[in-house]
Amino acid sequence: MASLSGQPGSGRVRFATDGARAVTAEMLSEQPRRDLVKGTIFFALLLLALTVALVGLAAIIIQAAVNGAPAISPTLFTNGPSTINPSEAGFRPALIGTIYLILGVIVLVVPLGVGAAVYLEEYGDREKWWNRTIELNVQNLAGVPSIIYGILGLAFIVRGPLDLGFILAAGSLTLALLVLPTVILAAREAIRAVPPSIREGSLALGATQWQTIRRQVLPAAIPGVVTGVILAISRAIGETAPLLLVGAATFVTFNPTFLGDNGYSALPVLIFNYASRPQDEFRVLASAGVVVMLVVLLAMNSFAIWLRNRYEQQW
Amino acid sequence: MATGDIRAFGTGGPAGRRPVPSLEAPSPRYGEKAIRGLLALCALLSVLTTTAIVVSLLLPTLDFLAEVPIGEFLFGTTWAPTFTPADFGVLPILVGTLSTSLWGMLVAVPIGLASAIFLSEYASPRTRKVIKPVLEVLAGIPTVAIGIFGLIFLSPLIEPILPFMVKVPPFSAGIAGIAIGLMIVPIIASISDDSMRSVPQGLREAAYGLGATRMKVATRVVFPAAISGIIASLVLAGSRAVGETMIVLLVAGASPNLTFDPGSSVQTMTAFIGTTATGDISTGTITYDTIFAVGALLFAITLVLNLFAIRMVRKYREVYE
Repeated sequence: MASLSGQPGSGRVRFATDGARAVTAEMLSEQPRRDLVKGTIFFALLLLALTVALVGLAAIIIQAAVNGAPAISPTLFTNGPSTINPSEAGFRPALIGTIYLILGVIVLVVPLGVGAAVYLEEYGDREKWWNRTIELNVQNLAGVPSIIYGILGLAFIVRGPLDLGFILAAGSLTLALLVLPTVILAAREAIRAVPPSIREGSLALGATQWQTIRRQVLPAAIPGVVTGVILAISRAIGETAPLLLVGAATFVTFNPTFLGDNGYSALPVLIFNYASRPQDEFRVLASAGVVVMLVVLLAMNSFAIWLRNRYEQQW
Repeated sequence: MATGDIRAFGTGGPAGRRPVPSLEAPSPRYGEKAIRGLLALCALLSVLTTTAIVVSLLLPTLDFLAEVPIGEFLFGTTWAPTFTPADFGVLPILVGTLSTSLWGMLVAVPIGLASAIFLSEYASPRTRKVIKPVLEVLAGIPTVAIGIFGLIFLSPLIEPILPFMVKVPPFSAGIAGIAIGLMIVPIIASISDDSMRSVPQGLREAAYGLGATRMKVATRVVFPAAISGIIASLVLAGSRAVGETMIVLLVAGASPNLTFDPGSSVQTMTAFIGTTATGDISTGTITYDTIFAVGALLFAITLVLNLFAIRMVRKYREVYE
């Protein structure tokens, strides 16, 4: 300030000084203090909202753990369901059912999902309308409600063209179709993140397009693809609604098989059934089931997201 | 590569006498073509899935509409499809769906957007690096777990405090809404945060340079600049709320009431499908066809929402990426 006002001759300098002084004066007046207060309140509200979100979601886990604690014991894993004796009831057939269901989903979804993603990213010419249609289709399918997939499973897989009946394989196929778009979208993202120079280098050395994809692009995209697959699988584990429609019966007391036609069960379906019974014992049992499911799911999701962040490559 | 080709490229004599090298691939590479075809089939499966969904919904819906006039279905105000005489007015369960979704959005939109602004504009990179993955992990909580939370925790908790929220304990559209809100908060927060972070830093710096406060930069510059992504996140969340089944099955009850009252018990479209389709209903009956007609309506609603959201996402990608 002193040096500026020390140059009297120049009108422009005085003009600038006056302007700066006016701004400074305004900054020191009431106005910015009000801004400061408003800003602080705003910040506090944002923080509050985030806290509410995190606490609300954490409460789901904590409440299940607290409520289900009395029922958590080895019999939960070894005993079958029971309507008469909730203290002895468990989840064994449902757990085995879910494991089979998920094995089927993995076998179907990994090759189909990655294959579709490779086609869309590496081969499909985006100028062509059919490729754009496929793309839009996948994006929309990812948002179709899961119960609609249940209807599809009921009309197309259990009955109708495939006519498999109410068997575990039909449930598996339904869940696979449900999570397929998620896998495709994640795999595409991962493949797109591999820079073109890698492909060009490989092609320039004489590799064919498929050799380039198999030896260069896919290995580089693996962390992203694996993340997508794990997230999709964990979604499939927790999906309940479509299974209600394709025959996951609740009180199956024997261990299910893939093609056996005397019924199968799944963990979330049995949890849902226990929860909708009015007796407290069954609700405790349902909470214990939720704990088992959440432990598996949260571990899987954490691993998947850690994997993605860890190997997020900067080329 | 066949040896002949190498010679054709590598050992040419003086320019004039060199034979013109073949620029064709040395073999037809049938394997490459087969692989391409196989991969295209994988991609085509998604189109087949959509076709199968549409066909399997449409055929029974047409059967349904042959028996129930479309006007009665869409505008009737009584829903009792399994009674005799049956009423097929879909409005009560449509309003049930809208009601639970609306209450869910009312909870989730402010919380989700505020969380997104915090993560994108206020949080330090370190905080963000912790909270974003936590949100993503929590987004994976199965909805049946959230429904149980609503049924055996939220409902008994809220009933004594706000009796008008739970008129038919333990069922309540409003409580179902809160549970749905918990389900969609991570979606809104995560996608909105992504779209706000893709706003170029230059816009923020310019606003700061003009003397804007942090709050003004966030609300008047970044938020409007990211609006298409934010709208997309809201629409996607709305679509998820409309299609949610387990939460409403557990918490909203099963009485088709034509009301937006948060304390009332309602049946939603998804809950109707979920309860009715579990039994061994035989094909060809009107009850069986009703499931598909309601499914078709639900599919149409979410289709419109999804396509709108996809367009909005494309828009913000085009602008800043």
